Amino acid sequence: MIKRLLPHPALTAMLVVVWLLMANSITVGGILLGLVFGIVLPKFTEPFWPDRPRVRFRGALLGYVGLVLYDIVVANFEVARLILFRRNRDLRSRWLVVPVALSSPEAITVLAATISLTPGTVSSDVSADGRFLLVHALDVADADAEIARIKTRYEAPLLRIFA
Amino acid sequence: MSGIVEIVIAGLILLGAAFVLIGSWGLVRLPSTMERLHGPTKATTLGLGGLLLASVVFFQVRLGVWTAHELLISLFLFITAPISANMIAKVHLHRARTGDRPDHDGIAGPPPRPDPDGEGEWATFEAPHTDTQASIENP
Repeated sequence: MIKRLLPHPALTAMLVVVWLLMANSITVGGILLGLVFGIVLPKFTEPFWPDRPRVRFRGALLGYVGLVLYDIVVANFEVARLILFRRNRDLRSRWLVVPVALSSPEAITVLAATISLTPGTVSSDVSADGRFLLVHALDVADADAEIARIKTRYEAPLLRIFA
Repeated sequence: MSGIVEIVIAGLILLGAAFVLIGSWGLVRLPSTMERLHGPTKATTLGLGGLLLASVVFFQVRLGVWTAHELLISLFLFITAPISANMIAKVHLHRARTGDRPDHDGIAGPPPRPDPDGEGEWATFEAPHTDTQASIENP
């Protein structure tokens, strides 16, 4: 019964929270309306996520968000320095082909979005078999070291979160 | 509003505006499409982050309320920004492959294949599957 009514409890909780943030106040009416959306929308969108992955909501996810936010700030200053002071002919732009050990499409999407959000790298495409990511880096001295950094810093925690 | 809070708000706005400006400057001065794509990613992360943080502090001090809209703005930006960058990168991949503008490969050169010695291909070049509903209706 509960499973029929709430096929995706995490999505329901997220919709209620986003609705309350949108209304910018916590009232009984707001919570009820949020719950209506939280129950109706997952029912309607159920066909879109037939094989959704299991996500571990705990410290690992929070730690990952904190790590990414910190890296975004650091990389912003790094890229700002490149834009302001590096001459075009000294710029070491490269394509990186990053082998991916993650299997679920959702996990690969999160990794690709993380790579794009941290300045200096933009993920451009995924290989048709889902085993490689094509990443463009603005300035990288050692391509192999940068690939290893992406794998240990971002992919390893995601492997634990989407286990 | 006390002086120290005004200084904090002004500092955050200046920081945000500086990064938006640097991002736009990068869009102008970097040599080709793929390098230019790196400029605006700064504007959407730390640039807007600074401006939104200033907005949160301002409304808290001026009106005494915590606003959550800034949180939602950054949430939606974090969802949409990588997708638009991905779309532009994919168009660049297709142009590089078809030789539409071969002189615009940029510093990094033409994009590599996924597997150095295999038959792998990037997803954007993959032919549509023949067994989907759309391909049956529009052969």
